[in-house]
Formats: sequence, structure tokens, C-alpha cells
Amino acid sequence: MGTADILIKFALIVIIFLISLLIAMYSTYAERKVAAFFQDRVGPNRAGPFGILQPLADGAKMFLKEEIIPTHANGFLFIVGPSLAIMTACIGSAVIPWGQKLTIGTHVIDLQVTDINVGVLYIFGVVSLGVYGVMIGGWASNNKYSLLGAIRAASQNISYEIAMGLSIISLLMTTGTLSLREIAEQQHGWHWNIIYQPLGFLIFIVCAFAETNRTPFDLPECETELVGGYHTEYSSMKLGFYLFAEYINMFVSSAVMATLYFGGYNFPFMHSLGLSENWVTILGVIVLFAKIFFFIFFFMWVRWTIPRFRYDQLMDLGWKTLIPLAIANIVLTGLWMTFIK
Amino acid sequence: MESLSNKRKVIESKPLNFWERAYLPAILHGLAITMKHFLFKKDVTVRYPEQKREFSENFRGMHSLKRDEEGRERCTACGLCALSCPAEAITMISAERQPGEENLYREEKYAAVYEINMLRCIFCGLCEEACPKEAIYLDGDIIPADYLRKDFIYGKDKLVEAPLNQ
Ligand code: SF4
Ligand code: SF4
Repeated sequence: MGTADILIKFALIVIIFLISLLIAMYSTYAERKVAAFFQDRVGPNRAGPFGILQPLADGAKMFLKEEIIPTHANGFLFIVGPSLAIMTACIGSAVIPWGQKLTIGTHVIDLQVTDINVGVLYIFGVVSLGVYGVMIGGWASNNKYSLLGAIRAASQNISYEIAMGLSIISLLMTTGTLSLREIAEQQHGWHWNIIYQPLGFLIFIVCAFAETNRTPFDLPECETELVGGYHTEYSSMKLGFYLFAEYINMFVSSAVMATLYFGGYNFPFMHSLGLSENWVTILGVIVLFAKIFFFIFFFMWVRWTIPRFRYDQLMDLGWKTLIPLAIANIVLTGLWMTFIK
Repeated sequence: MESLSNKRKVIESKPLNFWERAYLPAILHGLAITMKHFLFKKDVTVRYPEQKREFSENFRGMHSLKRDEEGRERCTACGLCALSCPAEAITMISAERQPGEENLYREEKYAAVYEINMLRCIFCGLCEEACPKEAIYLDGDIIPADYLRKDFIYGKDKLVEAPLNQ
């Protein structure tokens, strides 16, 4: 690897990091606007034209708020919590293939930070690390509401990770690889995995909602019974980190869903348009982001439609419905692969 | 016990059928409903400072101290408004009209200082009713927001009507 390659990789990392932050920032704005439209309102429209400067104003507000660390909290872990949450949220995007290869002069730029051969497992690991941020923060606050929120988050994530893993196993049976790059390449054109794995996708998306703590599974921060859930005691930018982490998680899981099931950067007829390779790549990146934005919108759409689950129903759904369904899906996939294909 | 009306609704709770238990049809239905609002329903918001709803005829807003046909202040600082005010929002200091000021004040006594604390005022309109000189009316707009308490104490500069032909 020459210096130029290292520099290119470095630039790519910075760009992806900035894009994640930017998208997370504007997701907060989009969420408020989308919510407003769903409820026949206008939404933020004071800061800048159509309120597009709202995220900046919110950020400035967050920074200027008083920083409170409760006396009985564990000071060190209290700070580790949100840092861990945002860190794990950010590193998930490292293995996502954002596009094919760009050729500039003699350099071939791979639009993926790193193509490790266990990409799916990596994503999985990072996602399950994310719950530590919530748990540590909730526990360190020394507040019963925070603790309850943290416990809920932990048990919810553990339960839904199983179903999610099982749903991915059937996907891996058809793709035969754990590398996200290869999975994306296999879905060339319109051969998207959603066609072969509709049930798997359904289970995956339900679990993704649970993993990102979004409505209808936002029990960890359920205001009606737990004040603010695990971030009850947090203020200022530490609270901001938690909220931000949720939006980055949403972005990353949208990207994962788009890559695993909706063809990533592939779009139908991509090579019969007569465009040069670089243009196809750039179009692919745009298509991928369109898919990601659609999923982010879907997250919001669901949030403003469905009320929150009760805790026992949540566990019921996870253990008694999704896990058996996912296992059935594995069996069906196996049968399909042996007898039909 | 005898029921008050003959209305009766029998509530039966059947166990959910398969499709109801599967959540998904209901969720899709709900998503369709919200999407209808997203796409087709117009918002009902009145964008306030730029856009205003019409007030009714007898809306009671900010007070104004009136002038008579010749442009003289009508208020004679009798204090009846302050006396009738249930919120004790009005204070005033009276002064005697000097020779040569007849074109400014209608009566021999006038209010040198006249202040209404808009944070206390409940816009009941009793001051308007109490005034024997038809000097005060609540015919103005909504009191605008401000940052400091002291800025809500409105003096004569804000309350007195603009002089005639100006
Ligand atoms: S409107 Fe009522 S409360 Fe307000 S100043 Fe007049 S009498 Fe007092
Ligand atoms: S406004 Fe009317 S009631 Fe009040 S002091 Fe003046 S004249 Fe008297």
C-alpha cells in the first residue's frame, strides 16, 4: 500500500464520518418535519428558509446547556456511557460498500473503507456493543428510572439479536459469503435478496427497529413510565450524544438493510445504459443513498403511526413469534436450496 | 338500577383471529392512513406573526388612551379604572393642567404618569366600563412577547393614541 492509497483511505474515512454526522443532524430535522406533516402541522420553519438551520440551532442549544453530573452518579462511567454509544454508532459504517470502484488516472479507489471477509459479523458485533453505552449510562446515573431503562434496553437487544441473527443465517445460506462487498455484488442489477428472502427481510427489519430503540420498540426511553429512560439524568452534549447515536444507528441500519436485501448500490439495467464505469459507480452511490433515505423515512413513518408495545408483548413477539419464524425461514431456505435450485 | 336512557351497546370480546394477531395487516392499514395525511392533508397551522386569525368584534386586546375630537387627552386621572381593576394592574400619578396646556388635556386634571402592567392585566375590560370619560378602550392587538418584566409595564408612550392629523 503506497502513501497515496493510505491518504485516499484516510480521506474516505473522514468523508464517511462527516456524512454520517451530517445525515444524523439532518435526520433530527427530517424527523420533526416528517412528524409535522403526518400530523397536519408545519414543523420547524423559523431558523433559515424552511427551518433548515434548525439542527445548528439545536446543536448550539445543546452545547450551551448546563452540564450536570449527579452527585451520586459514578462520574467516570457516566461519561463513558454516551461516548461509547456514539463511538459504536460511528464505527459500524466502516464495512459498508458505498459503491463500486472509481478509477481516477492510475488509482483505483474502492468505495468501502475495508472489505473484511466477516463484514456481517462485524456489523453484528458493533451493534451489540452499542447496548453497553446505554447500559453503562443507565447504571452509572444511579437513578431507578435510568436503571430500568437500561435493563429494558439490554434485554430487548439480546432477545431481538437472536431473531436478527437467525434471519441473517438464511440470507447467508443463499449468498454463501459473509463479506458485504460480495453480497452486494451478487445482487447485480435487479437480483436483489429481497426477492429470495422476503420473510427474512421482514424479521430483519422488525429486529432493526428493536435494535435502534425506535418506536414501536422504544421502551428503554419510554417517557410515560420511565421519565426519560436511560438518559433521564443526562443533560447538555452528553444527552446530545445519546440522541445523535440513535440517529446514526438508524442511518447505519438503513445502510445495512439496503446492502443486504435491496441490492446496495445496484440498480436495474446498470450496465445497459451505455455509461462509463465511473458514472455507473457514481449513480450507484446515489441510488444507495436514495435507498438509505427511504429506509430512514420508513423508520420515521412507522414511528408516527404505531404506538409503543407493552413490555411483555415485546418479549412475546421476540421470543414466541420472531425466533420460530426465523427458524422456519432457515428450514424453508434449506429445502428450497436442496430441491428447487 | 334504572338506566337513564335506553341506549345500550353490547360489548363482546372475541379472541383475535389470525390476521389480527399477525399485526401486519393492521400496521399496513395504519401506515396507509398516516401516508394519506402526509401527502394530501393540508396543514391547519396559522403562521402567527405573519398571518393572523380574525378577531371577534368585541375582542379585548391592548389598551389605548383616547383623545377627543380636538386631539386632547380625555383621561382625567380620576382613578376609577385603577379602583375597578381586579388585578391591580393600573397605577397613575395625576397632575394639574397649567395655563396654555388646554390643547393637550381636556380636563383640569390629567394623568402625568399612567402605567398598566400587562403581566398582571387579565383583559377583563372593567377599566373600560368604569371610565366616566370614555378615555380607555381595549381595542388594540395582542400584547407582544418580550424578554424582561419591566418591559411589560406600558406607560403613556405606548398607551396614548397618536395625536390627530399626524
Ligand atoms: S382590563 Fe381588567 S385587569 Fe386589565 S387593566 Fe383593565 S380592569 Fe385591570
Ligand atoms: S382612564 Fe378613565 S377611569 Fe381611568 S383615570 Fe382616566 S378618566 Fe379615570
